[in-house]
Amino acid sequence: MRNWLLPEYIEDVLPAEAAQIEHLRRSLLDLFEVHGYQFVIPPMMEYLESLITGVGHDLDLATFKVVDQLTGRLMGVRADITPQAARIDAHMLNNQGVTRLCYAGSVLRTNPDGLAQTRQPMQLGAELFGHAGVEGDIEIQRLMIKTLQASGVKALQIDFNHVGIFDALMKNTDPVFEKQLYQALQSKDQTEVKALTKDFDAVARDALCALTELNGDVAILAEAAKRLPKSPAITKALAELLQVSNQLKDLDVGVSFDLAELRGYHYHSGMVFAAYAQGCPGPLALGGRYDEVGQAFGRARPAAGFSLDLRGLVKALPRSNVKQCILAPYGNDDSLIKKIDELRKSGEKVVQELPGHEAYVDELNFNRKLKNLDGVWQVIAA
Amino acid sequence: MITIALSKGRIFEETTPLLAAAGIHALEDPEASRKLILPTNREDVRLIIVRASDVPTYVQYGAADLGIAGKDVLDEHGGEGLYQPIDLQIAKCKMMVAVREDFDYFASIRSGARLKVVTKYVKTAREHFAAKGMHVDLIKLYGSMELGPLVGLADVIVDLVSTGGTLRANHLKAVEEVGEISSRLVVNQASFKLNREKLQPMMDAFVGAIGKK
Repeated sequence: MRNWLLPEYIEDVLPAEAAQIEHLRRSLLDLFEVHGYQFVIPPMMEYLESLITGVGHDLDLATFKVVDQLTGRLMGVRADITPQAARIDAHMLNNQGVTRLCYAGSVLRTNPDGLAQTRQPMQLGAELFGHAGVEGDIEIQRLMIKTLQASGVKALQIDFNHVGIFDALMKNTDPVFEKQLYQALQSKDQTEVKALTKDFDAVARDALCALTELNGDVAILAEAAKRLPKSPAITKALAELLQVSNQLKDLDVGVSFDLAELRGYHYHSGMVFAAYAQGCPGPLALGGRYDEVGQAFGRARPAAGFSLDLRGLVKALPRSNVKQCILAPYGNDDSLIKKIDELRKSGEKVVQELPGHEAYVDELNFNRKLKNLDGVWQVIAA
Repeated sequence: MITIALSKGRIFEETTPLLAAAGIHALEDPEASRKLILPTNREDVRLIIVRASDVPTYVQYGAADLGIAGKDVLDEHGGEGLYQPIDLQIAKCKMMVAVREDFDYFASIRSGARLKVVTKYVKTAREHFAAKGMHVDLIKLYGSMELGPLVGLADVIVDLVSTGGTLRANHLKAVEEVGEISSRLVVNQASFKLNREKLQPMMDAFVGAIGKK
C-alpha cells in the first residue's frame, strides 16, 4: 500500500497551512499591484535554453527535463521564474523605459533546495527592468522589506554585498579556479583563500583574504575602503552600499554588510542582498542586480529584483487561526436560504449541513449556529 | 541562547582550552555524563554532543549556531550553507592514501590499473583520484579500513593518519597525501549575521587562543 505516498521532498499543503499561504499570496500580490508591478503568469515549462541562460546559469542541474514530443527539443520545468520574467521583458513587452513585473507560482527543483527542504517551492517575486542606477536597487529593496513586514516578519535584518568588488579583484578567469575561490570565499574559509591565491600579487591576495573578514555593520565599509585597492569599480561599489544603508533608515530594519557573500555572482552584476529574521536558520528572501542578462534573449536591459519562497515564509510565521464558520441546518425554505446568502455576502463563512451526517458534525470547524427562533433565523453561539 | 555542537573525544578535549579562552566552561564532563545537552557557566551558552560527522548538519539547519568539525568531515558534507571562518589548528592529521607494504602503488598507476579503494571518505577519495585522472572503484566502510587490503577487499585505503602507528601495525604504508586536516569552527549563516554581538567576541577569543599556542 505504498502507491499513495508522495515522492521525497514533494508534499501536499493541507487546509490550515494552505489557507495561510493563499491569504498571504493574495495580500502580497495586492501590495505589488499598488506599487505598480504588473502581474505575469509565465508557463510551467519552456525550451531548456531560455530557462538556463543568463540568470538561470546555475540552474541546469536543478531543472527537470523532458523531451517535447512535438519538436524533439528538450524542455525544462522552470526551477526559477526570474529568467522567465527577464525573457518577457526582453521580448514580449519591448518597453523602452522602466518595466515592473511580479509573479507567484510553483517551481520544481531536482534537489531539495535550501532550508524548506522541498523540491516544489512557491516562488513569489518582483523584478524591475530598464533602470541601471542605484535608485532601482533601492526601490526593489524597499519593496522586499515591505513585503516581509506585511507578512508579519519581525526584527528583519538585511545583509548586503556588491559583486563588483569581487569582479574587480578577480583577474584569473579560469572557471575551475574561479569556482574553488568562490567556494572558499562563500564559506569564509580564509585558510583556503590563502592557499588558492599563493601565486597572486600581494595586493590582490591581501584584498581577497580581507573579504572573508569584511562583514558587519556600516563601519566595515570605511574599513573596506582602507584595506581594498582603490580602483574606481571598488570605490563606486562601496559608495552604492553606503547610499543604500542611508536610504533604508526609515524602515525599521537592521542593515549589515558581508563582502564575501557571492551567491549567484555569475549573473549578478551589482548589489546583492538577503533578508534574515531571528529564529530562521536561513535567508527568507534573496535579491540583486543582474544587468546584461537580457542579452541572452537578444536585448540587454538593466534589471534588479527579489524573490522568496512562500511556503518557507509561512513556516517562519506563527500559525494563523483558521476562520471558524457558522453551521446552518439542512433545509430549503426561502427565509433560511436568504439568511445564509446575507451572511455569506457580509463575509461570514457559512456551512450548510447535508442530511445524514449529523454524527460527524464536529468535523466542521464551527463556533456558531443558525437557528430559527420564533420564526426568525438567528446566529447563536454553538 | 547560543548552541555549540561538539563531538566527544579528541575534538572535545582540544576544544576545552579554546572555550575557556572565551570564558566558557562545560558544567559536566561528556565522557562521564550521558546527557546530550550540557549546560555551561554561561546561561546563554550550551553545548550539544553529537557524532563528529553530524556536526555540519546540525549547524547547517540552525539546530546549533556554532560547531567544531574536522576538515575531513566538512569536505564529505560539502559545507553547503555553512561558514568556516577559523582554522582552529586542533585535532591535526593528514588524509592519506595507504597500501600494503608489498604493493607498488605508483607502478600500478602507470600500468593504468583500475584500483579498488576502501574508505569512509567517499567524496574526498572520488575527487582526489578524479583529479589525478585515475579510475577507481570505491567501497564505503564505516571503520577499520586498514583491514581492506589485508583481506583482499581492496588495493588501497584512503583514511586519516596521525602517527602512522595503526598502518605500521598492520603492515601498511602511506604512499600519497590527499590533504592536511585540522578542525574548523563552523557557523550557521543566519546566526552569523543575526547574533554577531555574541559570536564575534567568542571568535576573537578563539583566534587569540590559537595565536598563543
